[in-house]
Amino acid sequence: MSKHETFYEVIRQRGVSRREFLGFCAVMATMLGIGPKGVATVAHAMETKPRIPVLWLHGLECTCCSESFLRSGHPMASEIITSMISLDYDDTIMAAAGDQAEEIVHDIIRDYRGEYILAVEGNIPLANDGMACIVGGRPFHHQFDEAAEHAKAIIAWGTCASSGCVQAARPNPTQATPVHKLVSHVPVINVPGCPPIAEVMTGVLSYILTYDRLPELDHQLRPKMFYSQRVHDKCYRRAHFDAGQFVEAWDDDGARQGWCLYKMGCRGPTTYNACSSMGWNEGVSFPIKSGHGCIGCSEEGFWDRGPFYERLPDMHQWGIESNADKVAVVGASVLGGAVAVQAGATLVKRILTGKRLKGSADDAADETETPGNKK
Amino acid sequence: MSQITTPNGFTLDNSGRRVVIDPVTRIEGHLRIEVNVDSGNVIRNAVSVGTMWRGLEPILKGRDPRDAWAFVQRICGVCTGVHALASVRAVEDALGIPIPASANSIRNIMHLALYAHDHLVHFYHLHALDWVDVVSALSASPKATSELAQSISSWPNSSPGYFSDVQKKVKQMVGSGQLGPFRNGYWGHPAYKLPPEANLMAVAHYIEALNFQREIVKIQAVFGGKNPHPMWLVGGVPSAINVHGAGAVGAINIERLNLVADIAERTLAFISQVYIPDLLAIASFYKDWFKLGGGLSSQNLLSYGEFPSIANDTSNHSLMLPRGAILGGDLTHLHEVDLKDPNQVHEFVDHSWYNYPDEKAGLHPWDGVTDMNFRLGPKSRGGKNGERIEEIDEGDKYSYIKAPRWKGHAMEVGPLARLVIAYAAGDKRVKEMVDGTLKKLDLPLTALFSTMGRTAARGLEGLWAAEKLKEEIAGLQANIRSGNTATANTEKWEPKTWPTEAKGAGYSEAPRGALGHWIKIKEGRIDNYQCVVPTTWNASPRDPAGNIGPYEAALLGVPMANPSKPLEILRVVHSFDPCLACATHVIGPDGGLLTEAKIL
Repeated sequence: MSKHETFYEVIRQRGVSRREFLGFCAVMATMLGIGPKGVATVAHAMETKPRIPVLWLHGLECTCCSESFLRSGHPMASEIITSMISLDYDDTIMAAAGDQAEEIVHDIIRDYRGEYILAVEGNIPLANDGMACIVGGRPFHHQFDEAAEHAKAIIAWGTCASSGCVQAARPNPTQATPVHKLVSHVPVINVPGCPPIAEVMTGVLSYILTYDRLPELDHQLRPKMFYSQRVHDKCYRRAHFDAGQFVEAWDDDGARQGWCLYKMGCRGPTTYNACSSMGWNEGVSFPIKSGHGCIGCSEEGFWDRGPFYERLPDMHQWGIESNADKVAVVGASVLGGAVAVQAGATLVKRILTGKRLKGSADDAADETETPGNKK
Repeated sequence: MSQITTPNGFTLDNSGRRVVIDPVTRIEGHLRIEVNVDSGNVIRNAVSVGTMWRGLEPILKGRDPRDAWAFVQRICGVCTGVHALASVRAVEDALGIPIPASANSIRNIMHLALYAHDHLVHFYHLHALDWVDVVSALSASPKATSELAQSISSWPNSSPGYFSDVQKKVKQMVGSGQLGPFRNGYWGHPAYKLPPEANLMAVAHYIEALNFQREIVKIQAVFGGKNPHPMWLVGGVPSAINVHGAGAVGAINIERLNLVADIAERTLAFISQVYIPDLLAIASFYKDWFKLGGGLSSQNLLSYGEFPSIANDTSNHSLMLPRGAILGGDLTHLHEVDLKDPNQVHEFVDHSWYNYPDEKAGLHPWDGVTDMNFRLGPKSRGGKNGERIEEIDEGDKYSYIKAPRWKGHAMEVGPLARLVIAYAAGDKRVKEMVDGTLKKLDLPLTALFSTMGRTAARGLEGLWAAEKLKEEIAGLQANIRSGNTATANTEKWEPKTWPTEAKGAGYSEAPRGALGHWIKIKEGRIDNYQCVVPTTWNASPRDPAGNIGPYEAALLGVPMANPSKPLEILRVVHSFDPCLACATHVIGPDGGLLTEAKIL
């Protein structure tokens, strides 16, 4: 095996100037939210670390995670693939096939024991001896186990790998199982979403490479930096929620003015993701901005919390000042309480001001009253 | 068997050496190909094996039909949106919901953007490495590469310095020993024919296309909020239009439309100045591949038609790409295709890992059955107790893909089928593109029915889509100018307005070919949902009569330089742009759980 080149050596030899390199580090530092001091940290990491081998395996999935990854604007996927990591196995884009592809998995496990990152897209079907997903003539389960055994860390891309997603929706006929349930001694990072936001994916990878450590995770193994706030918390339509201005029907006046989609079933209040703050496709939009409610695609079991157009149930309130960990302890079914609190506040405000706003949340407020917020 | 002739006219001989490729990479999902080669290393038997099954059918049963698009969209994240489109059309068909003209335009725009994106990514990132030797690019002269590039296109990134930088990049990657996705490729294989300069040009455009593709899908993000997996709506589209009034910043407004128009302009420039010239340049060095790997394409082609220019009108008068079937290579007769006719589309499972009450009979999608039955036939090797499967027995059940047939015929679907059907229907622009390309390459019309013909048709369709994208955006603007800004029909949004029972069929043409969704609704819930997707047609296993499908047919007669480095097989199979997650989701009506695995 040849000497490991560092990221810095690689790009310098490609004619990238020191100045350009530091510019790149500054972008990375900003993206990671670590400020001006972070530039030096990023630069140091890039100058000293060899490109880390990555095995990107595919189980039961739809490849939306790979596609999302390719959409990353900063850094661009081409830059990651050629300069930041060594993506030695990814059956979506790799040149080799068949035996030559299988050989790579074997060689990386042998040559980089404990040093490579295993990225998994999709999940592992256990029913039927795992034969609902066959790779190289064997159940995917076997390939996964071997690669997981000696990985430095495992990144579970998307909701499939993190918690199951669509094929694990009731009644989960293939017994599709998320990654973390099959791994005991290797750290797993869940990066949920169907798919995850491109820059969240590349951000997680860059973070690991830059700091040589795994990001801080919540109890659901999600990086706190991207998954600790609800879509509703940062939604640009939040003011309309607070003002009681709701879309009541598709393409109504409220829809044409970009009012709140809560009554159309939006899951923003119960969904922990960065969509409303980072946006999708380099900030072009996110579902709510394009007029459709969030369906909560980064939340465990979201497929079984439909119908998607039914507004969130209002149950017991649990307070606004909470976080993902606490919420999960309380249980997913009561998350709608957050909405109840706020809708209740809207009602109180309306009573105090004596005004009825056009298209206001009368119904929502009435229906979302609970013993907790009636008084 | 040693040698047999199939009813659809192909000779199979499995007496020679067996070659297995598993996994087939640079596709969506999991696929295995097995072939037998004769003493001259020519393929004489081919077996296409879908090796994944996700079982969405019991999952969909009992759900709200308005939610179905989101579930089925997750069948595929590559051709993202196509299943959602077919799904909302199926529900609208079942419940009788016409959509507004602007919603139709927006759907067309989103779908055309997908065509442009998907074809471009397929060519450069899934298919190019079958023709382009990355290592050979290292010995190219950047100056000569620049001259080559400038002789075929006016694309500005073409200086010697530009190609020199790209070459340094590749050199560094190869020199470091960390080749990433290029590791273990078939570099130096005798089947690679491009001169080093053409290889370097293609590698440079591989990277450029990778960087550019993310721009195209921003069009889907504008109207659907994100890509992959944008948002859709039964009855129209979720994005409201407001260009004149207060609060327009909360809807589709002039800034959004300008963004979409700008991306469309750049997409057309990239496809016409990079993709098409590269395609022609590469094709000109592989003219022998205009004779190989044709399979069924010279006989049976099927398209459901796509892009209604008039909302809710699916006649060929309205469809920009016509609906129809060609049988026996007769381009003078376009057969009518009807998704609801119980005698047209059928699926068989005689060679698929499912049970039917009558294994020899086909079922129309509305009446389909899904009952998984994984087993390896008596002549298979390996696969017992979790061992590696060495060889599949194609005489028994051998794939998670069902065998769909149109009036009993195996059919090829995809860009080639669509273009040939449009050509046969006399579409002026398609005829001009096809004839012009063949003339440039000095090839007859029959050259289309080949591996390279399939690849060329996809490129031409990418160009066609980019042109239509601009026209459709202008069409949306015209709608808005005339005050036609409605984007959703909500009359039948509430389930209480629905009949107790309803059934519908939703058509689409995915980038990979004909896509149909069939739904039955009962008391406001999904009672039955079935999809027959492009790769099910193309990667189909044998049917009870012994007819082989398009992949298996196309592989026959293809010579291999070195069977242990199966580059030629990848060329043939990739020319179809396989999508296995689509083909093997298998949605049926009964909601039955899995049966036990049996390994005979």
